[in-house]
Order: sequence, then C-alpha cells, then structure tokens
Amino acid sequence: MIRRSMRNWLPLGLAAALTITPPTLALAEAEPADWEAVLAEAEGQTVYWNAWGGAENVNAFIDWIGDLAQDEYGVTLEHVKLSDTAEAVSRVLAEKTAGKDAGGAIDLIWINGENFAAMKRQGLLFGPWSEDLPNWQLTDPSANAALTADFTVPTEGLESPWGMAQLVFYHDTTRLPEPPRSMAALADWAAQNPGRFTYPQPPDFLGSTFLKQALIEVTPDAAALSQPVDEADYAAATAPLWDWLDALTPNLWRQGKAYPQNAQRMIQLMADSEIDIGFEFNPNAASNAIANFQLPDTVRSFVLEGGSLGNASFVAIPYNANAKAGAMVIANLLLSPQAQARMASPDELGFGTVLAMGRLSDDQVRLFDEIPVGIATLTPEELGPTLPEPHPSWMEKLEEDWTARYGVAP
Amino acid sequence: MGPSGSGKSTLLASIIGTLAPGFTLSGRIVLDGTEITHLPPEQRRTGILFQDELLFPHLSVGGNLGFGLPPRLRGKARREKIDAALRDIGLEGFAKRDPATLSGGQKARVALMRMLLAGPRALLLDEPFSKLDATRRGQIRALVFERARAQGLPVLLVTHDPEDAESAGGRIITLG
Amino acid sequence: MALSLTRAAPALTLLALLGPVTAGLAGTLAPAFGLMPALGGTEVSLEPFRALFGWPGLPRAVGLSLFTGLAATLVSLALTVLICAGWQGTRAFTALERALSPLLSVPHAAAAFGLAFLIAPSGWIARLLAMPLGWDRPPDILILQDPFGLSLIAGLVVKEMPFLLLMTLAALPALRPAQSLATAQALGYGRVTAWFKVILPRLYPQIRLPVYAVLAFSVSVVDVAMILGPGTPPPLAVQVLKWMNDPDLAMRFRAAAGALLLLALTVAGLLLWRGGEIALSRLSARWLTAGGRGHGEGPLRALGLGFGALSAALVLLGLIGLAIWSVAGLWRFPEMLPQGWTLRSWMRHGPEMLALFGRTLLIAAMSSGIAMILTTACLEAEQRHGLRPGTRALWLLYLPLLVPQIAFLPGLQVAGLLSGLDGTLAAVIAVHVVFVLPYAFLSLSDPYRALDPRYAAVAHALGRGPSATFWRVRLPLLLRPCLTAAAVSAAVSVGQYLPTLFIGGGRVPTLTTEALALASGGDRRIIGVTALAQTGAAFLPFALALLIPALAWRNRRGMRHG
Repeated sequence: MIRRSMRNWLPLGLAAALTITPPTLALAEAEPADWEAVLAEAEGQTVYWNAWGGAENVNAFIDWIGDLAQDEYGVTLEHVKLSDTAEAVSRVLAEKTAGKDAGGAIDLIWINGENFAAMKRQGLLFGPWSEDLPNWQLTDPSANAALTADFTVPTEGLESPWGMAQLVFYHDTTRLPEPPRSMAALADWAAQNPGRFTYPQPPDFLGSTFLKQALIEVTPDAAALSQPVDEADYAAATAPLWDWLDALTPNLWRQGKAYPQNAQRMIQLMADSEIDIGFEFNPNAASNAIANFQLPDTVRSFVLEGGSLGNASFVAIPYNANAKAGAMVIANLLLSPQAQARMASPDELGFGTVLAMGRLSDDQVRLFDEIPVGIATLTPEELGPTLPEPHPSWMEKLEEDWTARYGVAP
Repeated sequence: MGPSGSGKSTLLASIIGTLAPGFTLSGRIVLDGTEITHLPPEQRRTGILFQDELLFPHLSVGGNLGFGLPPRLRGKARREKIDAALRDIGLEGFAKRDPATLSGGQKARVALMRMLLAGPRALLLDEPFSKLDATRRGQIRALVFERARAQGLPVLLVTHDPEDAESAGGRIITLG
Repeated sequence: MALSLTRAAPALTLLALLGPVTAGLAGTLAPAFGLMPALGGTEVSLEPFRALFGWPGLPRAVGLSLFTGLAATLVSLALTVLICAGWQGTRAFTALERALSPLLSVPHAAAAFGLAFLIAPSGWIARLLAMPLGWDRPPDILILQDPFGLSLIAGLVVKEMPFLLLMTLAALPALRPAQSLATAQALGYGRVTAWFKVILPRLYPQIRLPVYAVLAFSVSVVDVAMILGPGTPPPLAVQVLKWMNDPDLAMRFRAAAGALLLLALTVAGLLLWRGGEIALSRLSARWLTAGGRGHGEGPLRALGLGFGALSAALVLLGLIGLAIWSVAGLWRFPEMLPQGWTLRSWMRHGPEMLALFGRTLLIAAMSSGIAMILTTACLEAEQRHGLRPGTRALWLLYLPLLVPQIAFLPGLQVAGLLSGLDGTLAAVIAVHVVFVLPYAFLSLSDPYRALDPRYAAVAHALGRGPSATFWRVRLPLLLRPCLTAAAVSAAVSVGQYLPTLFIGGGRVPTLTTEALALASGGDRRIIGVTALAQTGAAFLPFALALLIPALAWRNRRGMRHG
C-alpha cells in the first residue's frame, strides 16, 4: 500500500536531511615515539588507505601489504580506490568544514608534490610522525634529499616516503631505433617527423613535469629555479623555453591543437601507433605496459642526457584520521626491506627503493640483489642522475603561462 | 440541451463529484432524498456514461464488468453474475475478450452494463450516443432507456442532438 | 489518514530535497564569494569571479558549452521526431525500439570510449581503410577533440536520442496517435507531415521536461567531454572540474565561481531554447493549418531511419569493440582484431565486479523505489486534490540536474557529515534519491497528467474510492511509463560516481566507484570489463521495464502503443 510505504519512508528521508549528531569523540592520540604503544593501539584497527586505483600492479601491491599487515600486526587495510587524489583532499576539507575534527573517514593518503604542499599549508595533516617510524632508520635522508623535501617543500615529518619515481621516456625500437636524447634533439626530430610526438596537457602533472624538464635544460640560469619564482627573473629564465615550444608546437601530434589529458592517454596513443615517443613518471612504466599487453615487447625505455626529474611518493595521515596508529604501522611496513624489495621488482611496481643499502643487513641487501631485471626497465646506473624539482611556485606560473599561450587557442 | 461550451459536462461533473479545481459549486444536490453535495464521488452512486466507452484497456471484458460489482460478491457467484450480465446484452462468452477487439456497439453495451452492475441510484449520460452510427444509435439508446426504466432510475441526459433529447421522453432543459 | 498523506506528499518531497539541495547550493555559493573558513576564506569577496573572468580561455569555453549543449539537444530531438514521424508502427521502428534499452543502459563514458575507438584516426573505421590505402600509421587528423566539439556532439546525440525516444514512447499512447494519423492521412496528408501537424504539437509539451533535462545535461557534461571534447580550451564544465581537482586548494574558489557561471549558462541555454520554442510555434501556426499535404517525404524518412540506425550502430559497435578489448592481448594499429586473446582482465576484475553487483542494485532499487513513491504520491495528490507543488517550488526539484555535480557535492558532503549518516548505506541511498528524483519526476509526470481523467471519473462512479482507483485503474494504465521511469531512475542511480564516493566516504563501494577508479588507468581492456559490468547492471531494470508490460499486456491491444 502506498500509504503504509510512505509512512515508512518519508520520515526517513527527512531524518537523513535534518538529523544532526555531535562528532565522535577523539580516541587516545597515538604517540609515534612510543612504538610499542602504537603497535598495541593499532591492533584491531581498520585503516582506510585512499589511493589512486588506476594501476593494477599498485592495487595488487596494496592488497599484498594488507595481507601482511593483518598477519603481522592485526591491522585491517581497506584500499579506497580513487580516480583522482583530489577526491581525498576534498573529503578532508569537507570534514574540516563540518567540524569533524576526529574520526575522519581517511586514515592514509597516497600523496606528493602539490597536494602535499596544499594540505600542509591548510593544516590538514597529522604529525610530525614519519621520522619516528622504526624503519626510518633504514633510510639516509642526507644522501637522498627527495625524502625530506617534496617538490622543495620540507616534509617535516608529515609524510613518509615509500617509493622513488623518475621521468623516463619510452620508444618502440622497431619504429624508432635511435630516439633523441635531449630537448633540443627532440625538437629537431619532431621537425623531421611532424605529428609523432606530444605531451599531456598542463596542468596535468606529467605535462607540467615535461615543461619543467625542458626548462631545466634550456634555461640560462638553472640555479634560479630552486628559489620562489617571484624572487627570480622569470621572463629571462623562461624565454628560451617559450621559443623552444613555439618551434616545437606546429610539429606536435595534431599540430598542438589537441593534447592527451594524462599519462594513461599517452600510452594509448603509443599503443595505437599515433606517436613514437612517450614518457611516464615511473621507470617501470614501459615494462608494466608490456606485461599488460598494452605495448609490444619491442618497446624500450630511455632517459635524457644530463639527468631527469625525480621525486618520492609518500603517504600522509589526515589531521582527523580515525586510525592514526594503524596508519603509521602501514607506513612503517611500506618502509620494511621486505616490502621495499617487492615494490622495487619490475614484476610488481618497479619503483626505486627509498632505503639506503648501506644501512641494511646483508640478508636485507640480498633481497634487493635478487630483484629481476624488467624487460624495458633501466638499471639504476642507466637511469642516471635525478634532477631536483624546481620550487612549486614555478610550476604554477608555468602552467598559467602555458595555458594562455597554447591551452586556449585552437 | 445546449450548445458546446454551455456547461453541460461541467454540470454532470458537479453531480458525480469530479468538478475540476477552479470551479465553485453553490446550492445543493439531492438524490433520493439524501444530500450528496459534499460526498466523495465514490459514495454518490451516480452512474455515468461518456461519449467514449472508456472501457479499461488493461482489463478483460469480464474484468471491466467485475470492476463495477461490489466486492462482497465473490468467487463463483461473481463469475455467474458477470456471465449473466454478458448474456443479457447478447455478448455471451465474451468474458475473457480484450475490450480493444470489440465493435463500437459492443463496447457501448459493455460500458452500460458495467455501470448498471455497480447499482447506481441515478444515470447520467454525457452524449453517449453521438459517436455511434444511425442504426446502432437507435438500438443502444433504446437499450439504455429501457434498462433505466426497468430499474426505476432517474436519468439526466446531456446532448446537443434534439433527436436524442426527444427520445428520452422527459423534460428538456436548455442551457446557454 | 490516506487523504492527508497524499495531500502532504508534495510538501514532504520538497522538504526531503530541500536539505540536500540547500546544502549543495550553499557549498557552491559561499566559496564563489570567497567564503570557505576551512581554507581561510572568511570575508565576502568578488576575487573568485575576477580570477574566473581573468582566465583567458573563458569566452571560448563558454561558447563551446553553449554550442555543444544546444546542438546536441537539437539534433537528438530532431532525430527522435523524424524517426517517430517516419516510421512509427512499422517493423523498422520496432527493431529500433528493441535496440533502445541496451543503448540506454550503456554508461555515457563507456559509449564515449566505444565511439572514440570507432572514429579515431587509429580507430576501427580507419583500420578498415588502412589495408586498401596502405597506411601503416594512422593519419594525423583532428577527429576527436576537435575545436568545435563536433565529436562531443556526436557522443551526446548517440546517448540522448535514445533517451528522448524512450520518453516519447512512454508519452505517445495517451495521445492515441494511430487514430489521429489515420484521420490526417485520410485527408491526404503524407505520413511525416501528418505526424508533424497532428501529433507533434500535442506530443512536444509532454516531452518538454526531458528535452530540458537533456539540454541541461549536455551543457554541463564532464565525462563525455573529457573523452571526446576539445581541450584547448575545454568546455566550461570540464574546466570547473579541473579547478576543483587542482592540488592548489585556492583554485576551489575559482571553481565555485565557475560552477555558478555554468549554472547561469545552463539557465541561459534553457531560456534560449524556450525562446526558440515560442518563435517556432508562432511561425508554424499558419503552416499547421495551411493545408500543405507534404509530398516527397522519402528522403526525410530515410534521413531519420538512417541516422537513427547509425547512432544505434555506433553505440552497439562501440560496445562490441570494448567487449573485444576486454579479452584482447596485444592489439595495435592497423590490426582489425587483437593478435592474442586473454581472459586475464576478467579473471582479475570479474570477481570484484560481481561482488559489488548486489549492493549496486540494492542501492538502485531502494533509491529509485523511494523516488517513484514520492513522485507518484505527488502526482496522485495533484489528481485527487488539484495540489501541484507549484511552479515556483517545482524548479527546486530540478536543481540537482541544473547545478554541475562537482560543485554541488562538497556542500552535500558537509551536510552528510553534519547529519552523522555519512558513510552509511542509508546516506548513499538518500543522496542517490536527490539525483534520481528529478528523472523519476520528469519521466512520469507528463504521462501521468495526460491520462484521460474520465477513467478515474468512471471508476468513482462505479463506487471505487481514490485508493482503489489508483491501484486498479491509474497504476495499471500507467504501468509502462511507471516502469520506464523506474528503469531510468535505477540507471541514473547505477551511474552515480562522485555522490557515492563523497557521501559513502569510501565505505560503500559500488560497481561504479570501483569501475571508474580502475578505468582511470586508461587501459581499454579494463575499461571494457568495467563498461560491460556497468551496462549489465543498468540493463536489468530496462529489460524488466520492457518485459513486464509485454507479458502483462500480451492480450490487450489497447495497452500497446503505436
């Protein structure tokens, strides 16, 4: 009967809209320095890790970490798959707006760069905690600056690293045996082979990374890039970049009238033979694509001469997370030699390890020696030096200018 | 009687209780000595036939007749009543038929019988014959008035056809 | 009391929506004027609008949104009308109608991916040409993402045309088109002309709301536009999403201002369309009765059927393409079929998808059920008491359709958090109701209002009360439009991504949240798996909506349409 059903449903709909309950009371705050207490508190907790869900191997790795966490520490890990990290940032922001300062829905976020800078600036992160993790001792921040400065923004213990990534190019050896290995050579090659190269449209992360990589190569004063942009001569520093892009753009795929939106679309263009050179912020991207049948096994990786931009992937805990202790246990687990060796394997993720081999025991080092070589993955020696990221303010300014010059005129 | 737009159908609507919002009704409607002005339509027991037969297309012919029967009549008695009613209008064995397959005259007879089975206290006719052809028209008209007389029902017919009005054999009021 | 409950239904419905809608709007309005305490915005300011108008791509983005939205709606409507006018009641029409529900249940993004794979310079059609023309590389021509948004318009039309066709089919029977057509044809009018002159003027008011919904959707569409639309600059809705997702949280102020502009743009589009309606009806008033019988209609009929079949074929072929991708090994240009086949994508993701099927359908059933109850209660109140929610209040119902979702949701999320229901199944269902209800209402309200009121008068005269009249007369007579509305609602619910994620807090994963996250990796094999799974979930209600009336009315000629 409609009457009866309405009686049941209408008040419920109203309740959904109107009921206001006070926020959950805060649990005892975990103190990261007292690791035994953290472990005790973590046991039985469920950690919701919000991480991009678009990569099968990452999803599988997170599952594996979850099994390990359950077995060893009694922590349940739930992977909340996102299509964009911004969705998690929005969530924390909404919780802050609603005054939900404890018991938040997100315990751990896969984060880096601009998202980290923004959440740090707005006070949306818990910490400091990461440098108190037991396994932090296995890293060597003095030898790897990327562990404590994310896009030059000091991490200050608010996020914990778990993998190193670097800008790596790939090409199909059957179509392009000898790829260009500098930005200048790339422009020359594009002039002779118009329509065979493109890059994701800034402000996409990878597209902006490409601009920065080009800027580092062509700018007269690379040192200025580590300063905030308004303290440097921006026009002088970027003039060669715009000249270079002006020359390159007519020779791009679709004459620069359209761009792929992101790295994933660029791999698809490569698979469809629309372009001959692609790149990813992941040294293992080509091997992954081959394993997934996306690219033929004749594809190989290469890097530009003079080094490539690189940085670390981190995990952070929101200021109002519900299971902070559990989240720290997961972050520590990610830093364990066992997890790092698995992550570094090209059969899994192929990210570079954040651990310092000199700080590991022989048994632990052996884990890394046993890692197989990926079909299209470069060895650490071949990858060459890692270039530091410019100050984030450069990226914002570059994205804005790029959009005005190339992003709004068909 | 009255030309189109003179308010004939509105008058009937006010009697059966389905006056559209926007109209106001003053005065009283009394049927059989009881006032029905403020009764909901379903309690007025005023039968009505429209120009279209308005047989419910989702029900069978028997289902349409059953719709008018009071619910206390159940099972076999109900079926027999329906069969008898069909026999009565010369449509024996039509109970399971789809109303869409009936001819115009057949539909008109089913509509009339459906109304009568509901046991009305009055019969309101909103130009129910105007769509029928000349021969049928006479037959159906005769059938309706004959049934009404047999059951002693007061009949209110609105029409703009003088012939219909004449054949009702009652008082003729002209509107508009 | 039955009476007072139906009487209260419109108010209750509006009230149930009011909370979420106000919250959603406040969440857009406040930051657009600089207010967002969590980001340090504590003073009213016009800075977000200054930043918005300072963005160099704005004029083109605005023009694109308006042009693609209006063009997609116009073409979809024109094709719908041409197909009905030329072919209603024929075998070809029945065939097209059968293809309709699969077409409708394909998610927009999946249809766009499928279409992209067909028409891209490296797509299936180009591969067909590659062999005879000797291409070993795809030609470097701009088909997808063209600056005028033509492929975006095509992507919208192939999905919106079936929706309008479905709405038309639900509305038609009440107009008894066969009789009117026969009358006009007997007067010597050609079939198409007769349809235009005697059916369309009565039909259009009944499908007006769905047409407006198509327009609002097309102006503010994001997913299809990201796949097929231009990027330099993109349509405004896509740009708003980009700002919203920008790591620089200060961009959210500009995003909110952009969302308000998009809302204004949608309203402007609707006003333009309304103006066009009025102009056309003035211009056509004489044509309707001028007596032209219309001859040489062959080309028009061919055009309607040709494009109708083409658009159905594009979606179905696209879906077949995705199905092949889901089992493809390496598959490169210019190969027509993959080099190898593998079930790996299904083995990896099939079990996940299957596990989420139940919950997804439960949420769809509950939310569309609630929406249908509220909708029928409102419409029934209108029938019984002449109570209309009133035009002034009714537009609230459609707000969730007009305001771009991405801007609407943060406010809704905050409301969900304040309610304490956040992260529960109940909250997800409640928020789905907000987005499903407008579709239920616009699918059902016109057929409901168009039902001959004399059926109810007869039922009353036969001694049946309002309740029996509703259950035994009105509901069965409206079975088809009711089921259609329920199916549309369920499909809308199945397709909700951001609301589910935002209100569910990651605790209530569904087929769609999982599918979109997985598909964000861009691998066509996975897109194939997830698209087929989503299509399956949305197809079920549509199939039922077709099957139930067909079975129930197999012996009732008067209940068939056409």
